[in-house]
Amino acid sequence: MVSEYTIRIGGAAGQGMQFIGSLLAKCFSEAGFYTFTHQDYMSRIKGGHNFYQIRIANHPVASSRNTIDILLALNQETIEIHAQDLNEDGLILYDRTAVEQHYSQPEFIQIPCSDIITGLDLNQVMTSSVAAGAILGSVGLETLLDFTRIIPGFIPVASEGVVASQTSAAQAGLDFVLQNVDSKKRFMPIELTEQNKKRLLMNGNQAIGMGALLSGCKFYSAYPMTPATSIMLYLISKAEKHGVIVEQAEDEISAINMALGASYAGVRAMTGTSGGGFALMTEGISLAGITETPVVIAEVQRPGPATGLPTRTEQSDLFFVIFGGHGEFPKVVFTPGTPEQALLLTNRAFHLAEKYQIPVIIQSDQYLADSQWVVDDIDNQLLNYEDFRLRGEELINTQSYQRYAYSEDGISPLAIPGASKHLVVFDSDEHDQDGHIIEDAKTRNMMVEKRYHKKLPLIQQEIAPPSLYGSEKPDIILTGYGSTFGVLKEAVERLADQHSIAMLHFSEVYPFPLTNDFDYVGMLNKAKLTLCVENNASGQFAQLMRMETGFEFNARINKFDGRPFGLDYLLGEINDYLR
Amino acid sequence: MITFDDYKGQKPSWCPGCGNFAILNTLKRALVELDIGPEQLTLVSGIGQGAKMPHYMKCNTFNGLHGRTLPVATGLKLANHEMLVIAIAGDGDCYGEGGNHLLHAIRRNVNIKLFVHNNQIYGLTKGQASPTTAEGTITKSQPYGSFSSQLNPLAMAISLDCSFVARGFAGASGLPFLKEIMKQAINHKGFAMVDILQNCVSFNKVNTLHWYKERVYKLESDYDPYDRVEAFRKSLEWGDKIPTGIFYKKDKRSLEERVPCIKDVPLVHQPFSLPEAKKDIFEQF
Repeated sequence: MVSEYTIRIGGAAGQGMQFIGSLLAKCFSEAGFYTFTHQDYMSRIKGGHNFYQIRIANHPVASSRNTIDILLALNQETIEIHAQDLNEDGLILYDRTAVEQHYSQPEFIQIPCSDIITGLDLNQVMTSSVAAGAILGSVGLETLLDFTRIIPGFIPVASEGVVASQTSAAQAGLDFVLQNVDSKKRFMPIELTEQNKKRLLMNGNQAIGMGALLSGCKFYSAYPMTPATSIMLYLISKAEKHGVIVEQAEDEISAINMALGASYAGVRAMTGTSGGGFALMTEGISLAGITETPVVIAEVQRPGPATGLPTRTEQSDLFFVIFGGHGEFPKVVFTPGTPEQALLLTNRAFHLAEKYQIPVIIQSDQYLADSQWVVDDIDNQLLNYEDFRLRGEELINTQSYQRYAYSEDGISPLAIPGASKHLVVFDSDEHDQDGHIIEDAKTRNMMVEKRYHKKLPLIQQEIAPPSLYGSEKPDIILTGYGSTFGVLKEAVERLADQHSIAMLHFSEVYPFPLTNDFDYVGMLNKAKLTLCVENNASGQFAQLMRMETGFEFNARINKFDGRPFGLDYLLGEINDYLR
Repeated sequence: MITFDDYKGQKPSWCPGCGNFAILNTLKRALVELDIGPEQLTLVSGIGQGAKMPHYMKCNTFNGLHGRTLPVATGLKLANHEMLVIAIAGDGDCYGEGGNHLLHAIRRNVNIKLFVHNNQIYGLTKGQASPTTAEGTITKSQPYGSFSSQLNPLAMAISLDCSFVARGFAGASGLPFLKEIMKQAINHKGFAMVDILQNCVSFNKVNTLHWYKERVYKLESDYDPYDRVEAFRKSLEWGDKIPTGIFYKKDKRSLEERVPCIKDVPLVHQPFSLPEAKKDIFEQF
């Protein structure tokens, strides 16, 4: 019985891949299928070659496949590039007006999108809907076609007429397939195990935005940079309803300093960028360090160095983010692996930033940012909001106030300026308890003790150990962090029948997790084969592990071509070590 | 009643005779006359001799990084628009390192008062050319004379349609007028830039107090600060005669007035309810 399909839609930028893909993904997820999408696009608005891939299944899926069941070719180039990835019995759908060559092989199906649109007397831009309908027909899911309800979500100002036209265009595409393509060639529909459970699709950047809103973030300043921009766009879409100010700064230096100014004023503040923008922010992160200003920063990676591959993915900024910022001060770095983790860790980021008055960084990447996952349900109880600021009556009734007062745990009260007679003084110079500039050695020592040595062990206690998936006494351990979560998990599932195997996934990487609650280092030491899987060239996580624990992995699997690990590719790489 | 002593801070570490002393005391006097207390305002500064000022003036303070004064001040003002936000910067800090932020703070018209201590030289780092150093000035780091032309901050601000542009002078004879300019800047609704000419006793041997005193004069009483073309013409005057006063004013809505969600209550006083946020976010599930 068929349990999953992979559909790839390829063409030039501007041909509507994103429209077709996201529309189909929405149809599938709303009908109750587990859906996973990922995008591969070039840094251009028109032309070039892009694709949008959708995997649908009746079981949870967390990664992309390297082989495909249906290829929708919106131009000739798509066939030339992707036909080799087609599975046996796979289909290639193409529009004869966009693809000059005629293919007579059995796997090719010609869809006259343009002619259909002309026949219906509609605008040619609606060929995308014909194509979407044709795909639904090819996978036997014609009952999913409820465009009247779904289309308005994709066309911001869709009139009733436009919705009706798009719906009839899609219906015509579907009918064409049903009438002209032999039912033996078409795919059998996937049977759902749980009928009609509507599932929510979410990508990593939306999840970070949602996490911010659920944490009481009131201020977000950023400079547009792929692939982080959609966090800003999500927050802007929610700004008025949730009372959030989103300010587009003139550069990333300004973005982080604005966030620090807002945080000083007493609101929860955040900024977001990619590696190049983070480079500009590092001085501001150091400023947050000495002034002990809470701030959350999302760093959504793309391949570097410098401009690198701006629309693609890599995990090459781990060291940069951990060590970014001159001087010594505590900071926390999270590396979520799923949208759910991204949402919950953003909430924890705000919690820790406010509790310890430190910068906290959520590091993601283009793959997690743009991939859509089905999120079944998020455990609401894990969300936390606690106001650590000194404000209101409590502040007014405070007898004396010092911004950097020495304390047992190193945490000094963080008061709201202007809300009482107490003055709130932040200083980037080394300072005394009042916040004023000093240069003497004794005060310097006391402040480093307070800011760093006292806080750090407390922060370290808060960091969760890696999650274990698979065998509890594994002979083989796949280790990763961040966005490789899904593909590692599925690899373990595929190999679990024949091997004692598990995944160790780190979503909280700095300070490096302690082994008190879970002796993962002991587990690694006992395993026969330990592989560290990273989307980078130098194996930064493996190096971090050695630095922090002394443990050395048997081998590393690294991929640095700007593309994510697909499940089939990773299984192939792992198999090399299993022979 | 607010008194001068309410603002008494640390003892300044500036060189004896530095123009910063006069600016510090004039600002204190302006605030006392406006009956603004130290808890009602925040001084935001960066790095430089002038930027140390908040430590010598007891009030709410964010003393941040070199050049980054205006972004911090902007975030602060958006988060609490009831707070009076005064940005203190030097010519290197604000026109050099932070030049980009100045352009955009003017464009945003965020309601911040920017007081620039302009001594036409780098004091803290000991005498290199600043953006306002005259072309050809020989310094230790510009042995052939500064190659770059002198920045005209007033002309730049007027060209950007800055809502309040003024110049003051920190010599004894200029202080009563400087105080008036500061008071008007504070009462102005929108971004206000006041360039304050001051001496540097240690590193600027050309633009001394005496040099300035011989040249500065007050804009005529019938001068119309709402005339942008005339303001621009006046801003170009530099040499034997240097005008001081309010060059240009433009009444327009400030940034905080244009952000919908803070129309009624400052952001910092708006409550957050996790159950309500959950309800809105998770209703999609």
